[in-house]
Amino acid sequence: MTGGTLAGRPAPDRMAPSSYWQALDSGRLLLMAAAGMLAVAAFAGAAVAGGHPIHWKVVLTFGGFIAFGELLRLALPGGREAAPIAMVGALSYALVLKVPDPGHPPYVIHPNPPLVISVAAIGMAVGALPHIAAGRPAALTGMCTRLVAVACVAFIFRELPTKSLAERPWELAFAVMVLLVSFGWLADVVVSALIRADDVGARFSVAIVDEMRLQWPLGLAVGASVLITVFGAETLGLMELAIFIGPLLVTQVAFRRYAGIRATYLQTVRSLARVTEVAGYVEEGHSRRVSWLAVAVGRRLGMAEPQLLALEYAALMHDIGQLSLRDPIPAGATVLVSPADQDRIAELGEKVIREAGVLNDVAELVRCQAWPAYGHDPAPPLGSMIIRAANAFDDMVGPSLDRDRSAAALDRMRMHPVEYDPHVVAVLADVSGRRVASRL
Amino acid sequence: MVSRAAWIYIGLVGIVTAALVFAAQLANGFFAVGHVLYPWLALASLQALFLLCDSVKSPTTSRQTVWSPSSAATLAAVVLLGPVAAALVGATSLISLRRQPADDSDPVRRRRLLMAERLFNGSMHALSGLAAGEAYHALNGHVGLPHPAVFRQIAVAFAAAAVVHVLANHTLVRGVNRLNRRNGTARREPLESSLILLLASDLGYACLGLVIASLWQVMGWFATVIVLVPLFVARWAMAQFAEQHRAYSATMNALCQAVETKDYYTRGHGDRVSKGAVMIARQIGMSSDRTDAISFAGMLHDVGKLGVPTQVLQKTGPLTEDEFAAIQLHPMRGLQIVSEIGFLYEALNGILHHHERIDGRGYPLGLAGHEIPEFARVIAVADAFDSMTSTRSYREAKSIEAAVAELRRGAGMQFDPLLVEAFIAALTQDGWQLPELAVRPPDLGAVTVQDHDDPTAPLQVIIP
Repeated sequence: MTGGTLAGRPAPDRMAPSSYWQALDSGRLLLMAAAGMLAVAAFAGAAVAGGHPIHWKVVLTFGGFIAFGELLRLALPGGREAAPIAMVGALSYALVLKVPDPGHPPYVIHPNPPLVISVAAIGMAVGALPHIAAGRPAALTGMCTRLVAVACVAFIFRELPTKSLAERPWELAFAVMVLLVSFGWLADVVVSALIRADDVGARFSVAIVDEMRLQWPLGLAVGASVLITVFGAETLGLMELAIFIGPLLVTQVAFRRYAGIRATYLQTVRSLARVTEVAGYVEEGHSRRVSWLAVAVGRRLGMAEPQLLALEYAALMHDIGQLSLRDPIPAGATVLVSPADQDRIAELGEKVIREAGVLNDVAELVRCQAWPAYGHDPAPPLGSMIIRAANAFDDMVGPSLDRDRSAAALDRMRMHPVEYDPHVVAVLADVSGRRVASRL
Repeated sequence: MVSRAAWIYIGLVGIVTAALVFAAQLANGFFAVGHVLYPWLALASLQALFLLCDSVKSPTTSRQTVWSPSSAATLAAVVLLGPVAAALVGATSLISLRRQPADDSDPVRRRRLLMAERLFNGSMHALSGLAAGEAYHALNGHVGLPHPAVFRQIAVAFAAAAVVHVLANHTLVRGVNRLNRRNGTARREPLESSLILLLASDLGYACLGLVIASLWQVMGWFATVIVLVPLFVARWAMAQFAEQHRAYSATMNALCQAVETKDYYTRGHGDRVSKGAVMIARQIGMSSDRTDAISFAGMLHDVGKLGVPTQVLQKTGPLTEDEFAAIQLHPMRGLQIVSEIGFLYEALNGILHHHERIDGRGYPLGLAGHEIPEFARVIAVADAFDSMTSTRSYREAKSIEAAVAELRRGAGMQFDPLLVEAFIAALTQDGWQLPELAVRPPDLGAVTVQDHDDPTAPLQVIIP
């Protein structure tokens, strides 16, 4: 694979694989197998379980709600997907005990996890169909995660004395549901973090904090909405779901706009970082390759997502200072110019980025990118050491995937343990090897 | 500043509201007949909900869209307590805790503005609450705790009440905005596409009123608390959006400035062209999404100049054909840089074609008339105007009048005449910020000697 292909990729952590199954790593496969078995067992259980009547009107309304929510999936920062409205529908269905209906005795619903899981699975599948028809990815991982979380909540709820719960004051049922919904959220977060850690090579302890930080606002909204839906449906019947969809949609629109602007932001920086390439200051695809390497190394070294984002921006813009130079450096290889010049370029770049007023941490990383790892006072931050190493590697290797060339470059860096942090170089060697192995 | 007409309007709305609420109170009492226990407690908690929603609304985005979930409280009062109580909930806006952005330095005028706003908001919300309540009543909506048996009836009446509430609200606000704008002091009204978003979100939040009413049966006043959670999360997301949007614009600006640092004289050019293009876009009534896009397109229109060798840009004397071709390539280069940014397709077109001419003698494709995309025609006008009113190494800046005359002269040949007129109209309204250019620093290296944007001094090309 050439560097051009790397440059054309949308995002390092979201790369579309050439073949779907090739990209499935063990964690995802495990999750999918678990969710699939859960769904099959649930279908079977729901089919053979006698005793409790199935209220088709309730089933269809909640199923439709879930499908609608799945249709309105939400792309969250970092290539995540969420379907908050589907989650509200599925969790509410797992927890609802009574649904009044005009001109009817109220439907009494017994907790029935197989039925809940079946309805959730079929609803999600139906909601995903239009996405697949439109050529978008099916996002099975997200669906499986949601299904597992819903199943956890449904099974625990069945074990509780629900009958007496319905007769007690509402505060008790409320408290129980708060606990259950929080547990469902936790299950969702843990599974997502496991998958992510497996997917991008992050540490689990870091991934789970990242997931929690990113998911709590939406989780809070989903949790409160579940409580509102359950209690509302128990007094007003199924009409409640139709009404409550209005405010849910407003919340969803707010999140969509937020996620949208973040994506555009990253895309714009990624594109504008290419001005140095078009202007002939650096080689084609250099900033993207450096940012890919830097992010991969940073993730291995346990950096959290906000730091990784700053690192990605800094790596993309690390050469922006060259724009202030009169004439391009030959082939843009900053590794070949004198340390004083490297420092000057870094400082010019820092000035440009500081101008924005909002990316000061990024500016700091760019400023220190030419400092040696040891012996400089003050010591450079980890992000800058990573950018320095990644930049040197790419200046020497470029888009080539030749192993010998990579090895030579790494050897050269290992010979200067004061310049390049040995730990960073070791991780870089591993990561750049994967770049070859995963056919980037 | 609040205009005299606006003061009269606000006073009128206030008096009419007070009279109507009083009349309704005499006719039906404070609360319509219902089954809510402790109606005064219910009223107080709904007022508290309203106050909370009203006090924290409006995270300012660039589009000045104000999201207010407070209508949920008013409409819950419509269902639970009746029209007069709904008006009383709306009137809570009089003591809203929201602070006003200090856009007026004079404290007396600011206090007046604040008072006018409180007075207006209070009476407007009260009036729309009353109207919604009466509409609900007229359609046989059942006042009190909603019961499943009459639920269909309630839903229909409630939908009508929600629509009446949103419409009354927006009509009254538009009225005061129009009166104030005629005076030339107020901000523009939100543009159409964001207005639809605003109406839709208001209706969405209005539905929450019925949700609160239905939860009341189970948990009483606590319903207002649980409903607050998703409201605040939505607000958090909107505030995040606004913050990211600001950060995004600032970063774009910084990067564009970096691109311009190479040439002392063209500094700020992209920014000013962007402002000019937005002025034209507003004047011809472009939607706010397109205005956003043209603002970016204007900022980035010359980014492709980076791909033109510095020697060519800084050459004195006539250019060779090859050098001219290199300059003519810059819109393509610009497109190459920005093509992966996911903003509107139109913005890319604007960048690619901003040097086309109406008579078809422009570059890179030689499109003519309306073949040229609208964005490109808009940018072309703003681009030429800024070039002429900026100082160049070979000439002083032209005055605004001279540049306007030059634009008029080129209308129909180089520029779209309608857009030239729109720009001139916007110019007389909003004015123009001329580039600040102090003395040229002595240590400066080479600078652009010929400006490819300047219509009065076309590039000299050696024709073999």
